Amino acid sequence: MTALVVEARGVGKTFGSGPEQTQALHGIDMQIAPGDFISLIGPSGCGKSTLLRLIGDLASPSVGELTVNGKTPGQARLDRNYGIVFQSATLLDWRTVEKNVELPLEIMGFESEARAVKAQEMLSLVQLDRFAGHYPWQLSGGMQQRVAIARALAFNPSLLLMDEPFGALDEMTRELMQQEVLRLWQETGTTVVFVTHSIPEAVFLSTRVLVMSPRPGTISDEIPIDLAVRRDEDTREDSRYFALITEVREALRRGERGTKT
Amino acid sequence: MTTRGMSRAARSGLSILTVVVVLVALWEGYKVLWTALEWSWPVRPDNRTLPHTWDILGALFQPAQRNGPPLLWVEAKAASLTLREALVGFLIGGAVGFWLGVLFVRSATAERAFMPYVVASQTVPIIAIAPMVVVWGGRLALPQWLTISIIAAYLTFFPVVINTVRGLRSPETTSMELMRSYASTPRETLWKVQVPAALPYIFTALKVSAAASVIGAIVGELPAGFRGGLGRDLLQFSQQFTAAPQKLFAAVLIAGIAGMLFVGLVTVAEHRWVAASARQKTDWQTTQVVG
Repeated sequence: MTALVVEARGVGKTFGSGPEQTQALHGIDMQIAPGDFISLIGPSGCGKSTLLRLIGDLASPSVGELTVNGKTPGQARLDRNYGIVFQSATLLDWRTVEKNVELPLEIMGFESEARAVKAQEMLSLVQLDRFAGHYPWQLSGGMQQRVAIARALAFNPSLLLMDEPFGALDEMTRELMQQEVLRLWQETGTTVVFVTHSIPEAVFLSTRVLVMSPRPGTISDEIPIDLAVRRDEDTREDSRYFALITEVREALRRGERGTKT
Repeated sequence: MTTRGMSRAARSGLSILTVVVVLVALWEGYKVLWTALEWSWPVRPDNRTLPHTWDILGALFQPAQRNGPPLLWVEAKAASLTLREALVGFLIGGAVGFWLGVLFVRSATAERAFMPYVVASQTVPIIAIAPMVVVWGGRLALPQWLTISIIAAYLTFFPVVINTVRGLRSPETTSMELMRSYASTPRETLWKVQVPAALPYIFTALKVSAAASVIGAIVGELPAGFRGGLGRDLLQFSQQFTAAPQKLFAAVLIAGIAGMLFVGLVTVAEHRWVAASARQKTDWQTTQVVG
């Protein structure tokens, strides 16, 4: 049995205290194996982003046990196991595209030559090598997000966390970016945890979709995606793809009904 | 006439000249009109209250004292001394302000404990503080100019603290979270993300501070009894105002130019260090709209 990348047992998260207290997550159990592409999907307020933040040590669980690569999330962060991509690219305006990709490498103490080589390699991976000398604000939203992905992958993190990374992009760009992420995932073999509220996006990208329901946020369903590993434009017209979309949609409805009763 | 095709420097020179001409015209126009209508409110238009602009300018080229060098020469030397005190005060105040800002952003406890005093310090008038600093400086046997610089620093540090705090907090939360995910040390996060993001804020403060430090140096010269700076001359000429008003106006003119020179230097530094990417950004967006 291979070691798990993420393992959660009975994880819960409560914000605030007293009467103001809200329970964001409750009784989360999950296992993510190396090479998995896991999507967290659910309505707003179901705690999917909170769960991602717990995994990435941007917040700590209130109860339960959470390990990343067999370590505490805090240790995994110190070991630089995480690459993170947010909805906004959060590139630094005063640095060129190349220098933005080099930022994590600078902090991790890479020599300047190694940094430049790595940045070039990452930029050609996201097909932006021609724009290395540009400033972020000279790029379109989709290109900026590709730089953010290149930056997140530059130091070969074992786990890529993506929080609605394409939420701000238009539909066309979004589909192109999905292809891109699938290609990067296959080329790098990184494990991905991907937060989205788009059902087709979750189905198209994932090996497994975790459906979440709100109040308190919990994982209500787990749907393995048995599409071929190679996915392209034809996949989007595949009947199995549509069947899976329906399945996820049903699971989401069940989750919502569950909270009403 | 068109300003298109002129260099940036030529255009700004032209606009400065235009403003000077307009101000002179307003000044002289006021005198002519108020004299003709026999008005005396708010300011009497006679030559003892409002000397002619050419008399003020002329005063600069007449000897300050019998058989002495022209006033311009005396005041330029005075201004260079005062500017030197102001510069040292500006550097001390800027450094103190920056590091206090860093401390406050790093520690909420420090901010809660000290920020009220930082604000309170600016409500105490400088003319109350200055004599104390002079006495303390004398006890510690500090050179007179350094005492004056410390008084200038007192006026300088405040805008820098406030804007440094604001600027260091300006990066997006996600930027700070990314640095956290790289296991970056607080020092790396400070220099690689927070300080570059804060530079536009800090330079805005430094421009205010540059002007304030000149005021601080001039005021500081008075209780220190410092001879040869602008402070003493301004005081002396204001006592002689009824006899020779143009001398005070001339000295004020020199003090104003000295302050502007200092602010101008900071602006040049700002263009050199920060505005590069910001300016390019604006240019880029402009061309995008046009093209």
